[in-house]
Amino acid sequence: MAYSEKVLDHYSNPKNVGTLDKNSNTVGTGLVGAPECGDVMRLQIEVDPTTQLITDAKFKTFGCGSAIASSSLATEWLKGKSIDEAMKIDNMDIVEELALPPVKIHCSVLAEDAIKSAINDYRAKNGLAPIADNH
Amino acid sequence: MPNFPIYLDNNATTPMDPRVLEAMIPYFTEKFGNAASRNHQFGWVAEEAVDYAREQVAKLIGADEKEIIFTSGATEADNLAIKGVYEMYAQKGNHIITVTTEHKAVLDTCHHLEKQGAQITYLKVNAEGLIDLTELENAITDKTILVAVMYANNEVGVIQDVKKISEICHKKGTLFFTDATQAVGKIPVDVIKDGIDLMAFSAHKMYGPKGVGALYVRRKNPRVKVTAQMDGGGHERGMRSGTLNVPSIVGFGKACEICMTDMESDNARISVMRDKLEAGLTQLEESYVNGSREHRLPHVSNISFKYVEGEGLMMGFNKNIALSSGSACTSASLEPSYVLKALGLGDDLAHSSLRFGLGRFTTDDQIDYTIKAISETVTKLRELSPLWEMFKEGIDLNKIEWAHH
Repeated sequence: MAYSEKVLDHYSNPKNVGTLDKNSNTVGTGLVGAPECGDVMRLQIEVDPTTQLITDAKFKTFGCGSAIASSSLATEWLKGKSIDEAMKIDNMDIVEELALPPVKIHCSVLAEDAIKSAINDYRAKNGLAPIADNH
Repeated sequence: MPNFPIYLDNNATTPMDPRVLEAMIPYFTEKFGNAASRNHQFGWVAEEAVDYAREQVAKLIGADEKEIIFTSGATEADNLAIKGVYEMYAQKGNHIITVTTEHKAVLDTCHHLEKQGAQITYLKVNAEGLIDLTELENAITDKTILVAVMYANNEVGVIQDVKKISEICHKKGTLFFTDATQAVGKIPVDVIKDGIDLMAFSAHKMYGPKGVGALYVRRKNPRVKVTAQMDGGGHERGMRSGTLNVPSIVGFGKACEICMTDMESDNARISVMRDKLEAGLTQLEESYVNGSREHRLPHVSNISFKYVEGEGLMMGFNKNIALSSGSACTSASLEPSYVLKALGLGDDLAHSSLRFGLGRFTTDDQIDYTIKAISETVTKLRELSPLWEMFKEGIDLNKIEWAHH
């Protein structure tokens, strides 16, 4: 199975690798997946409290190339978006952008889960109710 | 610079030795006869070639040429041995003993027979990958007709104590079958000294062509019989019908002959490179060699690099290096290697494993390059790994409640 150019590019030059301060009130952290399943993603967002815009996003991923690419792409898409816009990112958008084959769709699902989990972590820290997963 | 791409997946298949190809070529064209054509020279030439190859194959394993049944490969030989014994010895019993780390060709054949009423015992292995001989002995009953234990494992290269296993089998009056696909041609295998009754092996794992293998069936002390699984013209002493694949059988014979002459010098060179590779890669923090290092094929190494995932790891160098991983992502199922799990590895370590299979054509500069490329990729991916970061912060990963999906 050959990888798409975009997956290869994200794998070779991952965007936004790193760590934000998980204790900060303006940071939301999503940690999804499990080591036994072969992939773990940690995705973090930094939110401007006044504008409610995502000003920064970082990730670290343990997993295959498609999992790394999915989370790298997610951080790129998150930057500059509002929380509401970020909630609308669908895993199938990631599948399409990266041309993931059917066996790798779970990587995109994980990335979507990581986004939602990070957003809800940010909301919980700021006394807001979690946004229900519409899946 | 070494020759690219570097092939380190010799447990999957080996490149064909040019000397083997050379021996085969005439049998595709001018010497195309059917070895079963008894009445003209085309048939005689083909039959003579098959007889010669049969001798070459038999000689490598210390057998008589009449004990070699040519098949399409080791999978067919496994099926013929297990199903053939099950049917032939049905009046004696229905119990077969095998091991959890066997190849799927053995395990799935046993599962198939289970549905038909066979009773199968699956022996466990220890952390080294070896079975417990006392446990084997205790598992044998008067209904046991076959013990099937592989000679050497395809994923970790661990070699079972075949001689002791066969002694136990014969003391208890049961037949011993071994899938020796990874061992024959790589290490000395002798059916008499090892006490083997039936043995499956394949040409393409020893620099021969794909699509041909053999089942060794002992003819005396005891005389072993198997019920044919392929009916037809009664070829191969009635045990395996079907027109013989003459060019491939000729290649198989030549491959066996070369292994016999070159084994010692090949192994001397290959084991040094394997040890160098292993020493180089275990310099990396949190890397672990899987399976016994003492009882192991000289060309195999299986290493887990904790906190990085195998497929993601291979992507970092698979443009130049070909090998395989025990990670789920490389197989159709999402389960990581059942062999590594049987050795007691957690799923996380199984996901992080790479299997190295060196071969006759591996060169020293390829090994140097491999050590460098893999070390760099592991280091790079650990920078990307949240698990590595947590490990470095001293967080116990087992205490985290992971969201399983």
